This record gives sequence, C-alpha cells and structure tokens, in this order.
Amino acid sequence: MDRRNENILINIDMWTIGLYIALVIFGWISIYGASYNFDDSNFWDFSQRFGKQLVWIGCSVAIAAVLLMLDTKIYTTLAYFIYAFFIILLIVTLLVAPDTRGSHSWLVLGPVSLQPAEFAKTATCLCLAKFMSSYGFSMKNVRDTIIMYLIIFVPMLIIIAQNETGSALAYFALFLVLYRQGMTGIILLLGVCAAVFFVVAIRFGATPIVDAVPDENLGMFAIMIMATIIALSMVYFYYRDNTLVKTISIMGVSMFLIGIFVYNYLDVKIKFSYLAYIVVGALIVYLLVMALRQRKIGYFLISLFVAGSIGFGQMSDYAFNKILQPHQQVRIKVTLGMENDLKKSGYNVNQSMIAIGSGRLTGKGFLQGTQTKLKYVPEQDTDFIFCTVGEEHGFIGTTAVVIGFLTLMLRLIALAERQRSLFSKIYGYCVASIIFFHVAINVGMVIGLTPVIGIPLPFFSYGGSSLWSFTILLFIFLRLDASRKEVYD
Amino acid sequence: MINDSNDNRRFIISLIMVAVCLIYIIRLFSIQIVDKSYLEQSQNNAYLRKVIYPSRGLLTDRNGKLIVFNKPAFDIMIVPREARGMDTLAFARMLGITKDDFDKRMGIIRRKSGYSPYVPQLFMSQLSAEEYGPISEKLFKFNGVYVQKRTLRDYNYHNAALALGSIGEVSKKQIEADDFYSQGDYAGQNGIELTYEKVLRGEKGEEILLRDSRGRVKGKYEDGKYDKLPVPGKDIELSLDIELQKYGEELMHGKIGSIAAIEPSTGEILALVSSPTYDPSMLVGRKRSANFAALSKDPLKPLFDRPMMAQYPPGSTFKTAQALVLQQEGIITPNTAYGCQHGFHAGALTVGCHGHESPLNLMHSIQHSCNAYYCCGFRALIDHKKYKTVSEAIDVWKNHIVSLGFGYRLGADVPNEKRGYIPNSGVYNKVYGENRWKGLTIISLSIGQGEVLATPLQIANLGATIANRGYYYTPHLVKNIQGGEIDSSFIECHHSTIDPKYYNVVVDGMELVMISGTGYYSRIDSIAVCGKTGTAENPHGKDHSIFMAFAPKDDPKIAISVVVENSGFGATWAAPIATLMIEKYLKGEIPKRRKPIEQRLLDANLIKE
Repeated sequence: MDRRNENILINIDMWTIGLYIALVIFGWISIYGASYNFDDSNFWDFSQRFGKQLVWIGCSVAIAAVLLMLDTKIYTTLAYFIYAFFIILLIVTLLVAPDTRGSHSWLVLGPVSLQPAEFAKTATCLCLAKFMSSYGFSMKNVRDTIIMYLIIFVPMLIIIAQNETGSALAYFALFLVLYRQGMTGIILLLGVCAAVFFVVAIRFGATPIVDAVPDENLGMFAIMIMATIIALSMVYFYYRDNTLVKTISIMGVSMFLIGIFVYNYLDVKIKFSYLAYIVVGALIVYLLVMALRQRKIGYFLISLFVAGSIGFGQMSDYAFNKILQPHQQVRIKVTLGMENDLKKSGYNVNQSMIAIGSGRLTGKGFLQGTQTKLKYVPEQDTDFIFCTVGEEHGFIGTTAVVIGFLTLMLRLIALAERQRSLFSKIYGYCVASIIFFHVAINVGMVIGLTPVIGIPLPFFSYGGSSLWSFTILLFIFLRLDASRKEVYD
Repeated sequence: MINDSNDNRRFIISLIMVAVCLIYIIRLFSIQIVDKSYLEQSQNNAYLRKVIYPSRGLLTDRNGKLIVFNKPAFDIMIVPREARGMDTLAFARMLGITKDDFDKRMGIIRRKSGYSPYVPQLFMSQLSAEEYGPISEKLFKFNGVYVQKRTLRDYNYHNAALALGSIGEVSKKQIEADDFYSQGDYAGQNGIELTYEKVLRGEKGEEILLRDSRGRVKGKYEDGKYDKLPVPGKDIELSLDIELQKYGEELMHGKIGSIAAIEPSTGEILALVSSPTYDPSMLVGRKRSANFAALSKDPLKPLFDRPMMAQYPPGSTFKTAQALVLQQEGIITPNTAYGCQHGFHAGALTVGCHGHESPLNLMHSIQHSCNAYYCCGFRALIDHKKYKTVSEAIDVWKNHIVSLGFGYRLGADVPNEKRGYIPNSGVYNKVYGENRWKGLTIISLSIGQGEVLATPLQIANLGATIANRGYYYTPHLVKNIQGGEIDSSFIECHHSTIDPKYYNVVVDGMELVMISGTGYYSRIDSIAVCGKTGTAENPHGKDHSIFMAFAPKDDPKIAISVVVENSGFGATWAAPIATLMIEKYLKGEIPKRRKPIEQRLLDANLIKE
C-alpha cells in the first residue's frame, strides 16, 4: 500500500498541479479584490465572500487529496452508477429546488447550497468515457452512436429545464471529444457553419450590398459565397475534382468581374445577389449531375449542404425575429454591435469592458479598481470576476490568466494523449474541452465577444459548487494519469 | 499507445484552443492598450456629482401679495460607514417606521450601482419642518446621519389650486424629454408651475468630487474649476387678484361651475375659478400621492379645470356675437325689427320665447334676449342671395365668429386649454349632403345652442372683446417675469373682423339688460354694468346658468363669465355671482343693499348629495 501511494505521488503531473494552484490563488486574490469591503478588512472574516471562498478552497484541497488516494478502478466500475445517480439528482433538484432568480438548480441543504448541474458534468464525462472505451464500441454502430449522444443530451435537457441554459450549453464542449474519437468533422463544421451563418444572417440581414440597391441583403450574399467556397473545398478534399472546382470558380469570379464592370462603367443597377444565385444554382446542378453520373452520394450531400445553407440563412432571420424573445434578441443584437443599449442589456457588458479597458497595461493596482469597488460591474465576484483581473492587474494580468488557462488545456491534451487506457484518454479530453468552453464563453462575454451567458470562470469565480466541481473534474484525471502505467490494455 | 487513425485531430483541437486564446489576447490588447477611452469612462463613473438645488421662483398676485413661496423640506441621509453600530431600533422609532422598514430601505440602498458606504445615501425624503422639528433634537445621538435641505412649495392663500398647479416628482417621460432632470427631481406638473417650469426652476448647481476605489471623497475635481453655483428661479407676478379669486371661490362654494374674469385692456386674467376646488397645499410633500389619488377619484372632478376645459353651448350670451356678425354682413341694422309671437315659427318648427313686447329692434332684442329675432336674422344671413351657396354663407359667418375668439384655443398660459367648437360648412354638408340644407336646418346655432361649444374663458373673452369694441388680447395669467419678458403673443392685439361701429348698439343693449332686462335683479347701483344672461341646454339634466358681463360701460376694467352647472336660468345664479365679483373688484366691498343676495349665494348648495 505504501509503495503504491509513493508511486502515485511521484507520477502526479506537477505541471498541472502547479497551474491549478496558481489559478486558484490568483482567483482568490481577485475575489478578495472584488468583494473586499473596506469596513471589514479582517482577512479571516468568514462572513465575507473572500473568507468563504477560503473555506471552499480548503475543502477543495481535501477533496483533491482524497481523490488522489482513491483507487482508479472505482471510476471505471462506478461510472454508470454515478451518472444514473446524478440524472436522478438533477430531476429531483428540478422538482424541489426553490426559485432562485428564475432558476431551479440549487439544492439547499441547511446552510449550504449546491448546484448539482455543476457536478453532473463530471459524472457525464465519466460515463461518456466509460461507454466510448467499452469493448466493441464503434461510432459506425448506429445504436452506439445514439446512446453516446443520449449520454450528453439527457443531462443537458434537464439542466435547460432547470433554466440554467449556460451550464447546459457547456455540454456542447463534449463534441470536441467525439471529434477526437472519430466523429466526422462535418458535424463540427456544420455546427460552426450554423453559428457563423446565423450571426451573419442577423448582423447583415438589413445591410445592402451596394448602397444604390437598398432592397438587397448582404447577409445572404455573404452566406452564399461562404457556402460555395466550403462546398468547393469539400469537393476538392474528398474527390480531387479539379474540373468542377475550376469551372465554378472561374464562372463565379468572371461573373462578378463582369457584374462590377457593368455596374460601374455601364451604370446599370444590376442586383449582385442574382449573380450569386446563378453561381450557386450552377454549382448545385453541377453537383447533382456528378452525383448521378458517378453514383457518389457525397456529391449529393454537398449540394444538399449548399441548398441547406441558403435555406438556413433565410430561416435564421425569420427565427430571430419571430421565435426568440425580445430580451434574447436584444442581448444578441448588443453582442453583435447592432444596438448600443447601454441602459439595459448592454449595461453589464459595457461596464465590464470599462473596468477591463481602464486597467491599461499594468492595472490600477490591488484594491484600487474603482469600477469594481464602486459596484458598477455586476456579478463581479462570480461571472464577471475577470473584470477585477483586468482592472486591477491590467493587460499583464489578463494575458497571464488567458495563457495560464491555455497552458493548462494544452497540458491536459498532452496528458490525455499519453494515456494507455482509452477511458483515461477520453476522460482527459472531456476535462480539457469543458474547461475550454467555460473559459471561451466567460472571458468572451466580459470582453464583449460572446453573448452574455451566465457560466463561471473555472477556479476563479466565487462559489463552492463551481470550484469543487472543477477540482473533482480535474483531479480524477490527474489520479488516472498518475497510474497510467498500471494499465496495459 | 492506442492505434489511432485520427491522430492529427489532437493538433486541430489544440489549434482551435490556441486560436481562440489568441483572438482574446488581441481583443484584450485592443481594449486595454490601444483604446484609451475606457480609462476616462471609468473616471467618469468614479466622479461624485453633487447637485445643489436652486430655490424655485415665487408667485405673487397683481397687487404684490405673495401667493406661493418655498418652505424647507428635509431629506434624511445616512453614511453607512459612519452609521455602523447605530441603534437602528431607536432610529427607526424616531422616524416612525419599523425596524423591518429600516432594514428593507438599507437593503435597497446597498444594491444601487455606485453605492459606497462612505457617501451619504438618501434614506427618507421630504420631511416637513413640523416632522423634522422633533427629530432634529435627537439626531445628534446617531452618528452618520445627515440632513439635506430641499425646498417644497407652500401657500399663503389656499386658492387657485388648478391655475397655480403643483410640483411633483418628474416622470420617466419628463426625464427623457429634458436633460435638466434626473430621477427624484421635482418639476411643475400642471398650471402655472408647468407652463413656466423653465422660468421658475432656475439652474442647478453642481459640485464635482472625485472618489477613490473606497468611495471616499478625495476632494474637488480640478480644484472646483467645473463646479457651478445654482441660479435661483425667477419670480413671477401673476395677473390674478388673489382676493378676488378667493371671493369667487367662496361664491362658487357648493356649486359646480366656473368663473373667468379678464382685464379687457390687457387680456390679463383676474380670476379663474373652477368649482369644486381644493387646497393647493394638499398636493405638497409626501402626502401628495395619496391626496392626488383621492382627488382624481372624486365624482365631482375637482381636478378638472372647468374655466379652461369645460365646453358648453354658450346659449343666449352668443346672441351678442350674432348681433355683431349680422350687422357686419349687412343683414340687419340697429333699426331692423323682427316680430315675435312667443317665439319663432316656421312650419312645424318652433323656437319658443318668453313674453315681451313685439316687434323689437336690435338693442331691445338683446335686452329681452329675444329668440325669434336671432332666428330670423340668422336665417336671413344663411339663406341670403349674396352668397352663392349656404356653404359660403356659413363659412363667412364662421370666420367672423372665430375672429371673436371662438372655435380654437385662445392660447392662454394654462395647460390643457380646450378649443370649443364652431361648425363649418363641411360639417353640415357631410350630414345633410352638399348644400342640401338651409338656414332653418341649423337654426339653433342662432341662439348659441346646437353644435356650437365654447369654454367659459372664451365667453369671458367675448365680453372683453365687446368691452374693447372690437379687439382682445390673448388671456393670460402672467403679468411680469422677474428679469424677463412675458410671451410676445400676450401683447399682440387681436382685432375682430367686425367694424368697431357695430359694437355700440350691442353695448347699449347689454346695459339695458342690467337696467331693465333679464339681469335687473343683479344690478349694481353705482356702476354701469353691461351683461348678458344665457342658458346652456344640458341634455343630461337641468340646464347650465351662464352670465357674461363687463364693467364699467365706459373704460371697462373687468370682463367676466360665470357658469353654474345644473342651476337653470342664467339670471338666477350666474348673474348675481358675476355682478358681486365686479363690485368686489371695482369697489372692494359689497354695499348693504346687496348683502342679502351675497349671503344667499354664499349659503346656497346646489350640489345634490
């Protein structure tokens, strides 16, 4: 027994431990800065947020220590039980949780409030890793694929029902894991395309291509060009069909050159979107002909992608205006810079950007941030904690945090890749992906790049649930990694 | 190692992570290093702009009597940092609130953006001097509690509530419409307080202080270079005679209606009574909203400004205007006489009249208020051959009437003035068909009934126009603005389209009304009053009693209209009230002979319970 523990301590990845400690400490300093009250400067005051966070950190260390002691076999053995337990817990929470600002996700146990949704991520990662590493699992098997998606979507849907959309969206991060394990990149591509096309359709839906022809739509025009380029790239990568690529490219480019010539020198107010429709039409016809002649379904699917992109673009505009609720529309518009609504939805983002922007290179200094101390920034020790970093520690501080997280994620990927056990490898990717998603959305939100979605910054944001769940998520992997050599499969 | 055909994907995933982080670092670089505006904005947030409120302009009456002035009010401020350890229970008890209220208020204060425990926070607003008095002795016991002085309105006379208006907290709309206001400010909400808000309010002063991250004031920004002293509001001298106003309100007590009195030579409004009324001090301070709610629920509508907003058929008072138009158009001369057989008869149509000798000439037709005379005259006008169509005739008539101040807003400086209503040819063409009607169809217009509507102010203004023999000034409530000028529209003379020579016979007729006509009962021995009774038909109940008058006949000093709703014939109620007002204004007191009349009016209560 002794020998084994010794072994583990030697094999633990000190890089990750170091990064974890650094981030947690920097996080606590930020919370101290954000919630510091000059009236009660007692360092150990546990009624203050920074005091409580110290308790959470202490508990986290204990949790981490316990996790490192535990035998790795319990994770592979109990993965399904843990998952089932958390699904039930999520449902129970949904039913019994009190209304906390519209959300039903907090379990109140006496003095402690916990958010099971945070811990359910770890359970889902374990379950997914177990299932995908099980003997005979293959993504080519329809039944396996369906179960794989269900493992991700079931907790996600329950969490959406709890009205914690932000937490639920974090499950999308697991698609990176699926991609790594062989899910076709097209799903990832389609996902990214859908997001980009949606944004373009909304953002430029009312912008004309040329000022003189006002009833045209730059959004659709851009979507058609992007869809054409992606389709041509796919044709090239999958079939090396130079003829098709060249034909359509030359046709497209020459048509627009002629179009520009006619418009500028012959002064005819032609509609450029019609030219785009002609090119796209030609592309679709060409693809269908190729599909029939060569009996390759791929051509048909690519033509479907092009047609689908145009349909999606048209529908996005409609869906945005008819299906989304006004406050959601405003949030998206503010994020896309279409509306400068500084009094309402834009207020938080604007104030957080003022806080970060006013930090300049070196920051205003510890406890000197007026934006955060005078409470202009909302949620400043939870979702907007990054503001305090920006205001008090400047560009140096924010870059350090971003690079710190990036190093951690890359390190986790490197660790995952060195696993002998498929279970550990998949789980490692889950951890990296989930941390990546949280960092990307949270930091993106406070610097005005992503919509305001309330999710915490790992290790930084105040709160026991968040800190503990990320600690558990990470240290299970570190424990798996430490005993990677014991596994020979 | 696991055999893996997707091995290159580890690099794609890493690349995605690196790309996102790189984009974020570039973005951070642009907002933290490149863009310098955020630092400035954060400094703006850290300023503490302390407003210094100006005192509001005072209101006096035409004789210099102070009507509206300012009284101090006290806002209780708390500096939470200094108030730590305060005996909150005792503090709450002193202010007459519970401990729960105290905690709730403090909770709301703490959640405000920009909150700092080092800066005074508004805890309770607008304590009156009476409320503040007993508290002030105990305040020293509580650390961190301060008092900010503000001003509220106070009244020497508890009259003219609607004309003066009141001040209240600004609405969201007002804040959006005018940069001057911020939340919690006070502004005129109606009456003179609203019309002359910009004159009365003055200019706010401002002290700009800098705060550090603890919210502590670090001193004046740029040594007070940008500080501003407040500029007090300008005082206004109103044209009202507050004693006359008060007397009018007493006479109208227990009656629904209005009095409008104008100085003909200037258009200055001497009294503007709306009855029932209320005490303007009811709408001051913290009891404002409760009282306002009670007043707006009152079925007698004390908040309805009757002299400006009520619209009645002017009844027989309108005959004077008809007499002027008929003469101007050459339909009648002072010698034209029409017969009257207890009214006007044309086929099945009869407009009744009371017993008097017949036929009457123009002057006596006014004296006896003969309906038949005006029916005949008006019919002759509308059906006259010199007009191509009846439409042309009525439009000519309408233009004359409008030049006498009817049909459109006069433009007085009291908000919410109504325009009344004078129909034109379009109205009748629409109802009866293009020119398919004649004088007889619209005969009720001749005696001021039917479609025509006028406000009491317009009727008083007709009196002023006749008193001036042909012109009027837009009625207004402001006589002088301290260090400023009144609106140029109030010194602009409006001439009617009627030649001044046609006025004399109307004036003589109105004098006869008082000497031996329908107004005899209300005559004043020592003053030559010209008057005209009227009755506005009321389809909903008893008719409204109307009286229009001016005095003295030569060199008129006052023109007046009185409306008493649901009180029947004009001579009974409206006329004596009008002449008492005239006598009070011109003589200052009521002689012995008329005391019983005065007493009867003061005692009368015509409002059915």
